[in-house]
Amino acid sequence: MRRRIGWRLGLTLFIIGLSIFLAYPPKEKIKLGLDLKGGIHLVLQVMTDDAINIETDQEIARLQEEFKKERLEFSSIKKEKIGEIVIEGIKSEQEGKIRDILDDLFREWNYSIRGDKVFLTMKARVASYLRDQAVKQAIETIRNRVDQFGVAEPVIQRQGMGGDRILVQLPGVEDPERVKKIIKTTALLELKLVEAGPAPDIETLLKDYGGKVPDQMEIVKGDPTRTEGGYYLVHKVAVITGKDLKNARRSVDEWNNPDVVFTLTPSGAKRFEKATSENVGRLLAIILDGKVQSSPVIRERIASDSASIQGRFTVEQAEDLALILRAGALPASIKYLEERTIGPSLGADSIRKGLTATIIALILVMAFMVFYYKLSGINSVVALILNMVILAGALAYFRATLTLPGIAGIILTIGMSVDANVLIFERIREDLRLGKTVRAAIASGFSKAFRTILDANVTTIIAAIFLFQFGTGPVKGFAVTLIIGISASMFTAVFVSRLIFDIVLSRKKKIEKLSI
Amino acid sequence: MRLFKEPKINFLKYKYFAFLLSGMIIISGIISIMHKKGLNFGVDFAGGTLIRIKFEQPTPIEKIREALRNVGLGQSRIQEVGHGKKEYLIRTITLKEKEEIEAHEIMGRKIVEAIKKHKELGKFEVLSKETVGPAVGHDLRRKATQATIWALIGMLIYIALRFQISYGIAAILTLTHDVLITTSILSLTNREINLPVIAAILTIVGYSLNDTIVIFDRVRDNLKLGRKKPFEQILNDSINQTLSRTVITSFTTLLTVLALYFLGGEVINDFAFTMIIGVICGTYSTIYQSCPIVLAWYNIFKKGIKK
Repeated sequence: MRRRIGWRLGLTLFIIGLSIFLAYPPKEKIKLGLDLKGGIHLVLQVMTDDAINIETDQEIARLQEEFKKERLEFSSIKKEKIGEIVIEGIKSEQEGKIRDILDDLFREWNYSIRGDKVFLTMKARVASYLRDQAVKQAIETIRNRVDQFGVAEPVIQRQGMGGDRILVQLPGVEDPERVKKIIKTTALLELKLVEAGPAPDIETLLKDYGGKVPDQMEIVKGDPTRTEGGYYLVHKVAVITGKDLKNARRSVDEWNNPDVVFTLTPSGAKRFEKATSENVGRLLAIILDGKVQSSPVIRERIASDSASIQGRFTVEQAEDLALILRAGALPASIKYLEERTIGPSLGADSIRKGLTATIIALILVMAFMVFYYKLSGINSVVALILNMVILAGALAYFRATLTLPGIAGIILTIGMSVDANVLIFERIREDLRLGKTVRAAIASGFSKAFRTILDANVTTIIAAIFLFQFGTGPVKGFAVTLIIGISASMFTAVFVSRLIFDIVLSRKKKIEKLSI
Repeated sequence: MRLFKEPKINFLKYKYFAFLLSGMIIISGIISIMHKKGLNFGVDFAGGTLIRIKFEQPTPIEKIREALRNVGLGQSRIQEVGHGKKEYLIRTITLKEKEEIEAHEIMGRKIVEAIKKHKELGKFEVLSKETVGPAVGHDLRRKATQATIWALIGMLIYIALRFQISYGIAAILTLTHDVLITTSILSLTNREINLPVIAAILTIVGYSLNDTIVIFDRVRDNLKLGRKKPFEQILNDSINQTLSRTVITSFTTLLTVLALYFLGGEVINDFAFTMIIGVICGTYSTIYQSCPIVLAWYNIFKKGIKK
């Protein structure tokens, strides 16, 4: 029985053509991993507890307001644990009214009343929503900052489903310390009125207040790198926050020192004008992430919509602070879990060595196959080369990232993909020894070996899939090339190899011997 | 050319010797692991900072250690990469689980600064710097274990469906054997266990299974032929019939892995080494472990295997 050659040849040529089209030129089409191209790899954790705490603080303020408005008595409202509030000292006759308020206005909280205490717990649904939003916002902010910094092809993505981790990959960045700082800074800007200070220690600061922090006030520290240090007593409610910023840029002050000038939104400017006109002569603390950067005196009512942050900035620091302020504040603080910096020279070295190893491996395996299986060995050499071409095409098509372990996966594929050829050739040899004709031996060799090849490769692919699932970065790259390589080898070794045999056989009427 | 002309080797005769050999390697591996207080995990799993540094001039290791000792980091592990005394890996001492990544990072920075300060060490380049916090390391260890176990279960199911449960169990025991032997040898040779090494171990699992299945497939064929031979002989015949293929495939794979080991560079060296062990071990275990286990199963539960 003659098998038709036409469509099989057509399909093979089409796949080869497609692969070459997809992968050419490889320098542009195949994406290299950080380990080959150099850059920074960071894994960050968003401290989502911060988001819950901020919400809790706001709710406490709202509770105090509502209780006062309704003339409900209480001795204190405090944050207990994360997402928990305790109201103490309530009157039992006012319990009903309290329930009404909590039911109406604080629906996001579960509460229970025991004795003179009310325990509020944030509903799980709300808490997980807040956490999720915090991560999403953090990703958005980090993307803004990275974009402004001007990194080509950055990867910024959430790790795991609904996790609180963010993966940041920045190829080709040379100065990791600077980038890390830019990403990590929360950049919560607050302008608050100073009540007292700066003082060298807390005791001196609170001397006039009987050693206790007055209501609606708080203590903040001076940033030792920007100010003389010390402590400030400031109003809790900020005049202006980062949300009121319209823009920020690096500039110079009157002594030609770098500073950061920011402009305010119209509503921010209005509040700023009001606050400055009411507080002429007092200090205004410019607080970044809880540390006072500077505390200029309010000399007059400021009607303009711009102001500046001065301090002992270098040009680069001022530049970075302006960038961060423009990009917006992070909703929660961030912790680094993992950080890898790969220099460009190491990456280039890895590519060179990996390529050398791949080429040598190819040559060795091909030489062996031709030596051992003679002309049939050439068949497997063709199959192997096609396998490499298809692998390159598939890598380009799936936009998979080639990593150093990925190159190892390719090399391994070379070794394992000839396995399919070996299985088939050994079967053909066996059948020839049993006295079958060449055509019959080839037909039975392929059909008998196919099941074995399928079973053997499926199990390897199962291992590779789990590797892919678990893998981070480089290991994932390895799994990808292995999966593609093995799949491609099934096509080349079974389909293409058979086609080559058939083409050769179709030219001759009678074949006595097969070179195998 | 033929590698073997009708081989008739009684492989199963050596099964007890093989069990003994494997047992000895695994036991010495366990002793080594216990003696070294656990496996030698790399920064990927244990956390810490790993700095790869290249000097312009050959620099003796003692000089580097001296520079680090001055900042109190003399205990850092310094390891030469390749030959020529130019490239080194410096790893900070492992901190306690609770310590934050910042501590590692500061140590990393201190190391680079200390070397910079010692002008006599000459110019150098930091090729790479990796810091992994304990949380990530812990996570990765859990994930790696899970991936291995799930991969094994996935394969067990596949083989049980395609063959019989007894073959599946034999295959899984063989793979476990391979993982144990490889881990033992890694510990005996003081190699570090990092992410690529885990990838290599999982690949070995896939590779060794590949080998095992080829033989099982032959056993399945031979059983179907309905020969009234004893089961042990069918197993032996199957091993012999597939022997050429087993040896050739192992040889070609070994060729490629050797190319990787000698030419692929230091970064991938641990991976290549693990693969070399794995390829050899996988081939050996296919012949000397998986078939004897199937035979043992057959001898214990006579009816476990349908003829």
